Amino acid sequence: MIYIFDGSLEGMLTSVFEWFERKPGLTKLVAKERYQPDAFSESFEILTDRTKADRVWKGLTKRLDRDWMRKIYCAYLSEKHEVHQNIFDLCAYIFQNPAGAEKNYGNAQVLNIAQTARKVEREKHRMEAFIRFQKTADHIFYCGIDPDFNVIPLLVNHFKNRYADQQWMIYDIKRHYGIFYNLQTVDEIEMDIDVDLLKKSNQHMLDEQEVLYADLWKNYFKSTNIAVRKNTKLHTQHVPKRYWKYLTEKL
Amino acid sequence: MSDRLRDKLNILADAAKYDVSCSSSGSNRKNTNKGLGNGHQSGICHTYTEDGRCVSLLKILLTNHCIFDCAYCVSRRSNDIERAAFTVDEVVELTMNFYRRNYIEGLFLSSGIFKNADFTMERLLRVVKKLRLEQNYNGYIHLKTIPGASDELITEAGLYVDRMSINLEMPTETGLKLLAPEKSHQDVIKPLGFVKNQIVQFKEEKKLIKSVPKFVPAGQSTQMVIGATPETDKEIMYTAANFYKSFSLKRVYYSGYIPISNDSRMPILGTQPPLLRENRLYQTDWLMRFYGFDVRELLNDNNPHLDTDIDPKLSWALRNMHHFPIDINTADYQMILRVPGIGVGSAQKIVQARKFGKLYIHQLKKIGIAYNRAKHFITCTDSPYQLKDFQSHQIKGFILAESQSKYLKTPNEQLLLF
Repeated sequence: MIYIFDGSLEGMLTSVFEWFERKPGLTKLVAKERYQPDAFSESFEILTDRTKADRVWKGLTKRLDRDWMRKIYCAYLSEKHEVHQNIFDLCAYIFQNPAGAEKNYGNAQVLNIAQTARKVEREKHRMEAFIRFQKTADHIFYCGIDPDFNVIPLLVNHFKNRYADQQWMIYDIKRHYGIFYNLQTVDEIEMDIDVDLLKKSNQHMLDEQEVLYADLWKNYFKSTNIAVRKNTKLHTQHVPKRYWKYLTEKL
Repeated sequence: MSDRLRDKLNILADAAKYDVSCSSSGSNRKNTNKGLGNGHQSGICHTYTEDGRCVSLLKILLTNHCIFDCAYCVSRRSNDIERAAFTVDEVVELTMNFYRRNYIEGLFLSSGIFKNADFTMERLLRVVKKLRLEQNYNGYIHLKTIPGASDELITEAGLYVDRMSINLEMPTETGLKLLAPEKSHQDVIKPLGFVKNQIVQFKEEKKLIKSVPKFVPAGQSTQMVIGATPETDKEIMYTAANFYKSFSLKRVYYSGYIPISNDSRMPILGTQPPLLRENRLYQTDWLMRFYGFDVRELLNDNNPHLDTDIDPKLSWALRNMHHFPIDINTADYQMILRVPGIGVGSAQKIVQARKFGKLYIHQLKKIGIAYNRAKHFITCTDSPYQLKDFQSHQIKGFILAESQSKYLKTPNEQLLLF
């Protein structure tokens, strides 16, 4: 059996609802834009239904603690093609087994979601570490990112709590949206101008002190290194090369 | 003006870099009144230097002028180097501006001793108070306790900072006397003990009265220089274990000595720093703190030094083959933790997963244990039946054959005759 859904979180949760209503047995979940008709299996189109999705989500919250709900959400943010299928399988497994089944790390679905969530959390933590704000002429601290996973929703609280007295903006260049903090609330924004990481270009848009502090930081980074202990392998293990473009000290 | 600031930053960051403490964890200080910064429970490493050490805090000395003449220290009185000193405002500005750009997690402030201990401590305290009270800064602060500073100053500093530390420098009193005749371990023990008691006292009071302020919420740490004096690994780790126990330290750091002078009492210039040894000491430290090992199991009179070719956990297991193999499906959590190739995370997953059914090899591999290493010490549901009973040196051979150490430059393989 193939379930075709619209690719959204709600659509996926609706599929879980439909599956339990129909019990068609082994089911493959395919997003609409990736669906290719197959001569041998039946297909069924899922109509996303908010109330059905909510019921499934509520059911999950009854069975899983907050940690695990976050794991499922993180796995969803990984945007991997197979993650819908994995969450779908996990939901089926959780609802079919007695409470506490999520602790069964011997189960492939449980382990899969736990490991995917961990990768996403790692990316989120790296963003918390590697984001380098640049102060612009209008006193907004800006940083553009292009993370492997869609982690911006996970970053809001950390930056809101930490930088409560300055306006800041984090923009996902790959996914074309960002968040902006206006000293009161964090809002989602979309810009239609062509943005880049705002590093080399747009120098005239920067605050006059920005160059000074970026330069001091580069100097500090150099001075704090101990040359005789050089260990490039360890260095790139901690700071993979794909993140170097963010880092002021690496430019 | 900015040129001079840059020079100062270069000199004083360079002088502070031998202090290896870098952690920014353990404090959950909240950002109050819409100020700047907060603590992050697990800490954040914002970047890593090319030697692979993390850069979490802006680590600087207030000044590298010093009245002491300790042979292992680059800022010693007799050393002919460029001296500099920050003003209080400069440190505050640097910290605030770096923090705002998400470069750092906080400030690590240390200092050479100028005039006397109290004078130095008072100046450090001024930086800290300015950050907390005037700038409404709530990020992480790690402050060095200056040996010999008065109790009042130390108590006051403790109310504003997240972590305090004071370096033991040499693992034994004799080593310290050899290189720094003006210092003794007593100078370190007294303030460590004082701060520890204050932490306990503040915690007790906080239980009764909620408004009692935080006192050094991220605890204390210390550091020892390794390889400058001829101590054994056993002496080093026994000192560390003793300090963990007596002063409830959060961390002991081990810093491989990097030759900085031609002093005849120490390794000559150009000697490679003992990186492998440092690594093994940290491994032992982790085994003590997270794996339930007692230091006497890992190091004792029969084994005063850690093995260089294998890690201390494997080394312990090979010396104690009578405990193994253990059955993954029935063994205690504590025993599973002791298996080489299984870490804390995997051990916890195993203990939870086996409640749902017997575990098989493919599941253990997926959970993430280093199976090729662990297989010599465990059995599980579908372990192949083993007729041979291997000796520990044979197992060591198998494991070494399929792993390569990044430290050993020449592979120690047996040559083939034919």
